[in-house]
Amino acid sequence: MLSFILKRLAVAIPTLLILVVFSYVIMYAAPGGPFDTERTLPPEVMANLEAKFGLDKPLIVQMFNYVWNVVVHFDFGPSYVYKDQTVNDIIAQGFPVTLTYGFWSFVVATVVGMTLGILAAIYHNSWLDYLAVGISIGAQVLPNFVMAPILTLVFTLWLGWLPGGGWQGGQWQYVIMPVIALSTSFMASIARLTRSSMLEVLNANYIRTARAKGLPMRRVIFRHALKPALLPVISYLGPAFVGMITGSVVIDIYFSTGGIGVFFVNSALNRDYSVIMGITILTGALTILFNLVVDILYAWIDPKIRY
Amino acid sequence: MIFGRRTAKSLENADLAPTIEGRSLWADARIRFFRNRAAVAGLVVLILVALFAAFGAYVAPWSNEEVDWSVLGQVDTMGRPSLASGHYFGTDELGRDLFARTVQGTQISLMVGLIAAFIAVIVGTIYGATAGYYGGRIDNFMMRLVDVFMSVPYMFVLILLLVIFGRSILMLFVGIGLISWLDMARIARGQTLSIKNKEFVEAAHAIGVRPSTIIRRHIVPNLLGVVIVYATLLVPNMIIYESFISFLGLGVQEPNTSWGALISEGASQLQYGTLWMLLFPLFFFVITLFAFFFVGDGLRDALDPKDR
Amino acid sequence: MNTKATMYLSAAAMVLATSAMAEGTHPVTGEALSDNQTFSYRLLDQFPTLDPQLNEETEGHHAIRDLFEGLMIQDGEGNVIPGVATGYEASNNNQTYTFTLRPEAKWSNGDPVVAADFVYGWQRAVDPANASPYAWYMELASIVNASEIVAGEMDPTELGVKAIDDHTLEVNLTKPLPYFPAMTTYATMMPAHRATIEAHGAKWTDPANIVSNGAYVLTEMVLNEYHSREKNPMYWDADNVIIEKTTGYVINDVNQALTRYKAGEIDAFYPLPAGQYPTLLEQMPDQAHAAPRLCNYYYQINQWPDGKEELKDPRVRKALSYAIDRNVIVDQVLKGGQWPAYNFAHLKTAGFEVPEIDYASWSQAERDAKAKELLAEAGVENLELKLIYNTDENHKQIATIMSQMWKQKLGVNVTLENMEWKTYLGVRKSGDFDVSRSAWCADYNEASTFLSILVSEEEHNDGKYSNARYDELMEASTTSESPNEMYTEAEQILAEDMGVIPIYHYTQPMLLSADIKGWPFNNAEFNWYSKDLYRAAE
Repeated sequence: MLSFILKRLAVAIPTLLILVVFSYVIMYAAPGGPFDTERTLPPEVMANLEAKFGLDKPLIVQMFNYVWNVVVHFDFGPSYVYKDQTVNDIIAQGFPVTLTYGFWSFVVATVVGMTLGILAAIYHNSWLDYLAVGISIGAQVLPNFVMAPILTLVFTLWLGWLPGGGWQGGQWQYVIMPVIALSTSFMASIARLTRSSMLEVLNANYIRTARAKGLPMRRVIFRHALKPALLPVISYLGPAFVGMITGSVVIDIYFSTGGIGVFFVNSALNRDYSVIMGITILTGALTILFNLVVDILYAWIDPKIRY
Repeated sequence: MIFGRRTAKSLENADLAPTIEGRSLWADARIRFFRNRAAVAGLVVLILVALFAAFGAYVAPWSNEEVDWSVLGQVDTMGRPSLASGHYFGTDELGRDLFARTVQGTQISLMVGLIAAFIAVIVGTIYGATAGYYGGRIDNFMMRLVDVFMSVPYMFVLILLLVIFGRSILMLFVGIGLISWLDMARIARGQTLSIKNKEFVEAAHAIGVRPSTIIRRHIVPNLLGVVIVYATLLVPNMIIYESFISFLGLGVQEPNTSWGALISEGASQLQYGTLWMLLFPLFFFVITLFAFFFVGDGLRDALDPKDR
Repeated sequence: MNTKATMYLSAAAMVLATSAMAEGTHPVTGEALSDNQTFSYRLLDQFPTLDPQLNEETEGHHAIRDLFEGLMIQDGEGNVIPGVATGYEASNNNQTYTFTLRPEAKWSNGDPVVAADFVYGWQRAVDPANASPYAWYMELASIVNASEIVAGEMDPTELGVKAIDDHTLEVNLTKPLPYFPAMTTYATMMPAHRATIEAHGAKWTDPANIVSNGAYVLTEMVLNEYHSREKNPMYWDADNVIIEKTTGYVINDVNQALTRYKAGEIDAFYPLPAGQYPTLLEQMPDQAHAAPRLCNYYYQINQWPDGKEELKDPRVRKALSYAIDRNVIVDQVLKGGQWPAYNFAHLKTAGFEVPEIDYASWSQAERDAKAKELLAEAGVENLELKLIYNTDENHKQIATIMSQMWKQKLGVNVTLENMEWKTYLGVRKSGDFDVSRSAWCADYNEASTFLSILVSEEEHNDGKYSNARYDELMEASTTSESPNEMYTEAEQILAEDMGVIPIYHYTQPMLLSADIKGWPFNNAEFNWYSKDLYRAAE
């Protein structure tokens, strides 16, 4: 196991380096720069700006300095657009927000999704099954950029129950709608996964035996069927994490939560090079970490898997 | 990916190689598939949607870019769906016929889904089969590379690509195709590992058939079942991606449109009493995705000999 | 100018004298005031900075105007009135300005605002190490040595601004500039608190660190979510400041912003969702407003040497312009009370007389007929055009409508190309287009702010329109006693050449809670100050 972890970590470093180089190259291939505006800046003003941010040096030198600062000082540099902020400030503000609503979305998606999936599997081919499948596919295909404005219209404007946006340090009223909008499609995936793996497990011989022995259904499910049926859900953690980061773009735009998604899109549009890099590297690193954790978890639950 | 690695994982290990034992299994699968009512209904819906995309333009009295000047500026009253005005689905906020635009958006979205799945099938199958067949260091390296790609926050990269190379349908295909083959490669590799130990492959190897020919003639055809299932499930996911990209304002160029673009425009008009702008494209989007999921599930059940 | 300044001064003094205001009523109008004196508004995007010298855009400027105060400020009509300065004296043929600072002006930490704070702030604006993107503003203001310092040839301390004593500031210019005092209202020329900036570096604008001299102080700042500014008790005119707290919420999606406005979460909201103004006016007649805004919307036509030959023919350019039914765009697409434009400078620009332009008075049918005639005369058939615009709902709609008008009336085939903003700027600059969407907002309230950008060598003239006589007129107008005659002739030349296609003149449609009063609807530059607002009792 340890050697497996080490091997995976060894791959992580070149992965991140490739990511850095790749993002750097794409970014600099992009037309326009962070300081372009409707008003064309006089060349001397532009020169001062480039000198201040080190953009006048050769690309290789810039890249080396960048990696050096990140690795040695854990400093992602200043933002080129938000002049009062460093990338570290932005990440420190945006990531906790995204991770918070991401975490709650994951909890909701897992609990609701698994419940739906298990019910659907137990009552296979009954109306409950069809309903659960219908709900889950429906939730999966309804885009969250349609769901978000509907939620605000209903809960903010018509019912007046919840504030229409903002974060306010994560008070519960502000978290509810982002979590609903973000969790539905994952909830749906988890429900579908749980249903099919549960069905598979329920048809397995040892379960049939258990049931034939006359064990109560609930006991069969919780003692014997649940654990193996959970495996696919665990393996889904990794993609779900990536999906939540991506989904945060929509959440941040609609609910003004100030998470990492809106920073990423804005910085890509504004050519805020250092913020793009910072967010890409950090999400890349977190993705790798998450996948690793998932694999370890997977191996721990299912001893048959060897690495 | 929303799609999830689990499906990929299950397919990696699934025992779905029916052709090995001749044609009767394909026939079996067909029977099983047609016995699955949801899957058949899905198939019918898909055919209808395809017909709509192909021939809808001949039914529409308006083109997708023509502005109906008598509607412009008073869309909420004059632009309602009506048979009399020839705007069966109403108009968009500029007085353009929504029926014609939905037809055209359907074409683009289906094309995005299908082409992305096609790229995934071609690249993923060959890549995975190659890695699986050669095994050892080559396999190790090739699959680590896939791991590397999978750790990239692909949606961010896609946004970067689109921002940089400008919006065009080609970039959309490239961007989506780039990420869609990864899961396919893993699945194909897993299947190849089990196939390559079968007698006919060993026999081919023994009589000196070149590896590339073995992959082409013996391995790939036997991967077909899994590949078809996965591709069917990939299409709706690619359509969902496209809608997300369109939402960000990075999709196809006007006057062309797509489901995602139409839906996000419609959703922005939610409060203004022009709900048809959302409902018509959303209806086609939703039924098509439902249909793909049902057909995909049906195919998997049909091709998987294990009776669920 | 001098007498005018004195006049304002006495007006200000009068207000001060009567400011013994009764609790709960407005000092001037006597209206009953609400107990809740807070104000909130929507920001489309997070502003990049609150550092006055680094600011370069309007959202940030709205906040900075509340937090900091320059020598002069604007009133609700857009007039220039005393801020930190009580007045000024122009001498040396408008090349030297001496400002007198009010002794009671204080920073939020209690320090007095002295002339040296302005000297320091202005030096920051030109200092290459500080790299302000608005350094050109100091060059535009013609302050002695500004250009040399920005270019790195001189030390920032050599800028032509001196603190004669704590309350006297002398500015030297390289050329006569009668409107210089008006320029001091902009963020770049606001004072800066040296001790704070030197202690905290780039983080000095943090709520915990910031020291400012305006009517408000920054109390909270969460990027891409909200910020709030609260009344500054140290402000010299704090007695007359009624709004206690202003909060700006960042709401990217415009429809979401409307929902939140309707739910009562924000008091002010602009710009409105595309085309929704008339409906909102009907639903909330006491809350929807549309005031003039000094910006114009136009299309540039590519006249580069290597551009399309057809577009070099003024007849073709005219045909394209005539075929656009501006009334449709204004009344049926934008629907916010905008004015169809047949000339270039905004019709509400101070002192500007809208020139007589032939085709402005024709009916659209006449224009269409003339357009077809001109195109036939030029012998152009099957014209193919590439139209570029940047991502935005309004731009998309206008581009679509225009392309359809051209197609249906003239048989011109238009390919639309939409790009996101930064790409768009680069492409437009490189001339890779046939027609391109453009807009210009006034830097100052005078017609030359618009007309000068179409001079041949001007860097914003991306279509490369060029007319020697036009250039001559614009050059002459800067020192002329009666520039309006020249503007009229320049506009007529522009219409005759159809160097660009004017589309419309802006308004700023907005929603404002019915109980919020004092909004400066007559300030066409849209410079509002929280200190002028108040919430009336219901």
